[in-house]
Amino acid sequence: MEAYFDNAATTAVFPEVKDIMIKLMDEDYGNPSSLHMKGVEAERYIKTATTQIAKELKCQEKEIVFTSGGTEANNMAIIGGAMAHRRAGKHIITSEIEHASVSATMDFLAKEGYEISVVGVDSVGKLKLDELKATLRPDTILVSVMYVNNEIGAIQPVEEIGKIIKDYNSSILYHIDAVQAFGKLRFTPKKLGADLLSISGHKIHGPKGSGVLYIKEKTLIRPIIYGGGQQKAMRSGTENVPAIAGMGLAAELMYKNHDAKMEHIRGLKEAFIDKVTTLENVFDNSGEAPHIASVSFVGIRSEVMLHALEERGVYVSSGSACSSNKPHVSNVLKAIGLDNTKLESTLRFSFSEFNTMEQVEYAVQVIEEILPVFRRYIRK
Amino acid sequence: MDYKVFLIKYAEIGTKGKNRYVFEDIMCKRMRARLKPLGKFEVKREYGRIFVEAHSEYDYDDVMKVLGTIFGVVGICPVVVVEDTAFENISKAVVDYVANEYKNKDFTFKVHARRNDKNYPKSSMELNCDLGAALLESFPELKVDVHEPEVMINVEVRNVAYIYSKTIPGPGGLPVGTNGKGMVLLSGGIDSPVSAYMIAKRGVELEAVYFHAPPYTSERAKQKVIDLGNLVAQYSGPIKLHIVNFTDVQLAIYDNCPHDELTIIMKRVFYKMAQELALANDCQCIITGESIGQVSSQTVQSLSVIDLAADKLPVMRPCIGMDKQEIIDISEKIGTYETSIQPYEDCCTTFVAKHPVTRPKLDKILESEKALEGKIEELYQKAMETVEVVYCR
Repeated sequence: MEAYFDNAATTAVFPEVKDIMIKLMDEDYGNPSSLHMKGVEAERYIKTATTQIAKELKCQEKEIVFTSGGTEANNMAIIGGAMAHRRAGKHIITSEIEHASVSATMDFLAKEGYEISVVGVDSVGKLKLDELKATLRPDTILVSVMYVNNEIGAIQPVEEIGKIIKDYNSSILYHIDAVQAFGKLRFTPKKLGADLLSISGHKIHGPKGSGVLYIKEKTLIRPIIYGGGQQKAMRSGTENVPAIAGMGLAAELMYKNHDAKMEHIRGLKEAFIDKVTTLENVFDNSGEAPHIASVSFVGIRSEVMLHALEERGVYVSSGSACSSNKPHVSNVLKAIGLDNTKLESTLRFSFSEFNTMEQVEYAVQVIEEILPVFRRYIRK
Repeated sequence: MDYKVFLIKYAEIGTKGKNRYVFEDIMCKRMRARLKPLGKFEVKREYGRIFVEAHSEYDYDDVMKVLGTIFGVVGICPVVVVEDTAFENISKAVVDYVANEYKNKDFTFKVHARRNDKNYPKSSMELNCDLGAALLESFPELKVDVHEPEVMINVEVRNVAYIYSKTIPGPGGLPVGTNGKGMVLLSGGIDSPVSAYMIAKRGVELEAVYFHAPPYTSERAKQKVIDLGNLVAQYSGPIKLHIVNFTDVQLAIYDNCPHDELTIIMKRVFYKMAQELALANDCQCIITGESIGQVSSQTVQSLSVIDLAADKLPVMRPCIGMDKQEIIDISEKIGTYETSIQPYEDCCTTFVAKHPVTRPKLDKILESEKALEGKIEELYQKAMETVEVVYCR
């Protein structure tokens, strides 16, 4: 049996998405900027996708900018926001469990003369709100926080965070990295108080290379890519029409029968955790997100366990890459205070609507079989 | 500058007497094969020398890179060709050549002219003088030094004229295929590709063996070894890479032997397997990247105990007396370093004792290996029967 439990890394594309993308490459391949019919056709696909995304985010269509993915959306929000507001100050706040596309962008801005404050999280990965309040300053221009953590599935109280920020100073930009939240949770940027919000296509059965940055009406940010002035000059470059159309359709399909789907996915996650934690020395570190389970198999290096599972058709992720010289440890797992035995033995299982209970049972059975085998071989 | 011809310099193979033509043949063949994807080239031997002639557009850097991987090549001289050999033409071409090739003209030079065509109106001596005079007239800063010139301008007159002065160093060594075949143990680290390169440089053809231990080593670690094999193959020619699934043997060693001896015993099995594969594939030696004292299994005592496991073939260790930095320098030069340091090392650390022996005694190790009797043979056989072969090129 094969069980792909790495859906937080990427997902299989919906068949309908694949079909529309092929059509866009085969037949409707026009450049949306072209004046002729082929261009007009292509533009219609973008319009449709915009409508689809706007409907799910309950926002205006003009608030949507298509990007090459979550990383670009995060870069655009943070760099573009910081540059546009640098006269008001150079202080930016983020958390210690952000994705690299946020934390590395912050490192870049730090080198460019911005001051970055990193707010800590508690033992379940939630932002320390008191610390956030104490960190806000008159020269704070941007706060960037992740909605659902990609490694442990912790959900941040983003609405509360939004209130704290805006109560302090309503002109501070609030950016939410919602890549792991979109398609799983129901939310609207407006209700969360976000000025900027990033989402990605390939986490919701859409194509890789697709993403959206929601930019609230009247929010001032600078583009980071210049050229032919596409997308109202916010993001130049000929639109990736197949990816955009694919992402729009994926968003629509993802939110169809959403409650039932999420119940199914959450059911898989909870069943998996319930069963697997009955095994000796197996610990659950998961947050509330419906699709992400983080489990430590104490005594087995995560990479060994990952490859052992892979040999039996179960595909998962390890938070830490094991190397004989310098173990690279996940900063998220460290931030929530896991001890060393758990840090080096934690795996992420992430589920999608394509997974079944049989797969979960199979994976648990495989784990039960291999745990004692691999625990016998430890470094002495 | 637009070069149509490259003169290939080679030194050592010139000394090999009657075998010289065999060596040259192999070298030319290898050049032809490697140049083929880069354009239309002719590799020809003339007057005891090897020329590469370009008959199509080509990328200069690519050609230099490829010629720099051919063992036996000591130097590559880019040659300017003058079609019409009238003296005025040659003279003008020599002046143009110096104008283009040397920005700063403050150097000493000598013209070294030769003519194949004895009917040519000027003798070699006259050519030397007259071309030298033409250069001095155009570039008064130049100085002649006939004994130790900084720049030697070579001019050869035949049906066309050749002008060259610069030599780009080649890798040296002997053409691969002139010195037997060896089985190299590739680990994915920095040292083993360097040792493979060094032995291939002496004309030895290569095969390789990698010990894969899934799930303790990943698919990516295996791919990294294949990538390294491909990089070394740029110099050595195609490498048949044998991938042995070593996991079961490794676990048997872990279960039955003292933990501080695991690495020594494991490496002795590596050697035995490598020797078996070497003999079955007509290799005459085993090659490893070991260097004295680098890790506990590379002390002289450890090496002496491990070495005896290969009882039918010599083990060659070209890195044996080198410091790590010296090995790294070569790996950077040959382009394997970047790949070697990719962090898919392995999780084999499970099988490395926290305090491994550094001074093993042979009788003690042999005693420990007795515990494997009756337990390892079948696993060993199975590993040898399920070897996966990948061709690196």
